[in-house]
Amino acid sequence: MAEKKIIDARNTFCPGPLMELIGGIKLIEVGDEVEVLSSDKGSGHDIPEWVNKVGHEIVSIEEVDNIWHIVIKKTK
Amino acid sequence: MKILIVGGGTGGTILANNLARRLKGELKSGKARIIMLSASDQHMYQPGLLYVALGRMAVDELYKDQASLLEPSIEFHVDPVEEFNLDDKQVKTKSGKTIDYDLIVIATGSRATPEVIPGLAENSINVYTEENALNFYKTISNFEGGRIVIAVGVPHKCPMIPPELTFTLYDYFKDRGIIDKVSFHYTYPIGRLHSLEPVSNWMQGEFAKRGVTSETLFNMKEVDGKNKVVKSEEGTEAAYDLLVAVPAHKGMEVVEGSKLGAGGWIPVNRNRLNIDGYENAFAIGDTTNIPISKAGSTAHFEAEALAENIASIIKIGSPVRDYDGKVFCFIEAGKDRATYAVFDYNNPPDPKPPTKSVHWFKMAYNQLYWASARGLL
Repeated sequence: MAEKKIIDARNTFCPGPLMELIGGIKLIEVGDEVEVLSSDKGSGHDIPEWVNKVGHEIVSIEEVDNIWHIVIKKTK
Repeated sequence: MKILIVGGGTGGTILANNLARRLKGELKSGKARIIMLSASDQHMYQPGLLYVALGRMAVDELYKDQASLLEPSIEFHVDPVEEFNLDDKQVKTKSGKTIDYDLIVIATGSRATPEVIPGLAENSINVYTEENALNFYKTISNFEGGRIVIAVGVPHKCPMIPPELTFTLYDYFKDRGIIDKVSFHYTYPIGRLHSLEPVSNWMQGEFAKRGVTSETLFNMKEVDGKNKVVKSEEGTEAAYDLLVAVPAHKGMEVVEGSKLGAGGWIPVNRNRLNIDGYENAFAIGDTTNIPISKAGSTAHFEAEALAENIASIIKIGSPVRDYDGKVFCFIEAGKDRATYAVFDYNNPPDPKPPTKSVHWFKMAYNQLYWASARGLL
């Protein structure tokens, strides 16, 4: 497995963390993981919603000091 | 100090001119040189493509000679870079030259890539090149009615283009007197109508007034041109009579080929704009991987901050300011109303209701842009 890619979308508003994830996940291989860092309160909901709908996998999700750390595995 | 600027678009041009003014004395004495390499002798005002696509701007209004926009002290060459070698502080160009430098700024921009979605390029229209914008106008002017689907790839240049296309096309068909024969279905990759929540909330009300339907969490997977259906990664479909695409973008091939960043996006420090691992190499505009809007204003504000820093590096040995993430985007809300969104790393946008005066300011900016490119505005 390749080194985990980090998308640091903290303190950015447009295009936003989920859009960065959608673009960024295209750039990794199936089976690899990407971690999104987000200060957007909505990320705890909207990132898992998309990941589950499209069929990738949430590896872990936690909020530390108002920053979401969400690790996603690309499955297809 | 030999400063090499690669790319003659908005970011590269504003940077070069701003820097040339700041280093007037150094350039005159020979202490510094500014060299620009570009792929074209023409400079395109890319936001004008929307107006070309709507039949509201002529193609020749999009261009000016690049050399005419640059300070005379800038050494300008049409000779695109074909390989970057940051470790050796060298680039190789199309003409076969090897050019060395002390400091480099990469501002090569991005490109729409409809070809990455099967069936998209041949079955949709978009506004991202002169040829495509002209084809866009030809297609809509021959369109006599049916269902228009707007489909959006990620990432894309100009985050305001999905709503702008929807609202301006609506007014276009209204003016043609066939709006009762045209329906709009807007799709968007994330769970609301726009990346910016206030813009999304405003769009909801505008869509309701116009009868525009929508589907969110819709990411294009393939287009079935025979049956006129666009399919999503999320497993849904949208039938269309006319497919209006905002294709996903990539950085330039030379960036990927030189292994500077996946997808052609170069990792940089979001404040200092230096390329990760290098103190003498920078990237600005669409070229970077900073998670903010790929827009001309981003390139503009980055170029101003970087010009000040490079001049300071030469004059006092260190940079003096951070790029604060500032972005300013006009939002055309139809043929004669507009609003805008302005934000940075610390301050979210708070767009106001569209007005005619903001639209006319946008029309004026379409001309004022050339003063911006010259580094005057």
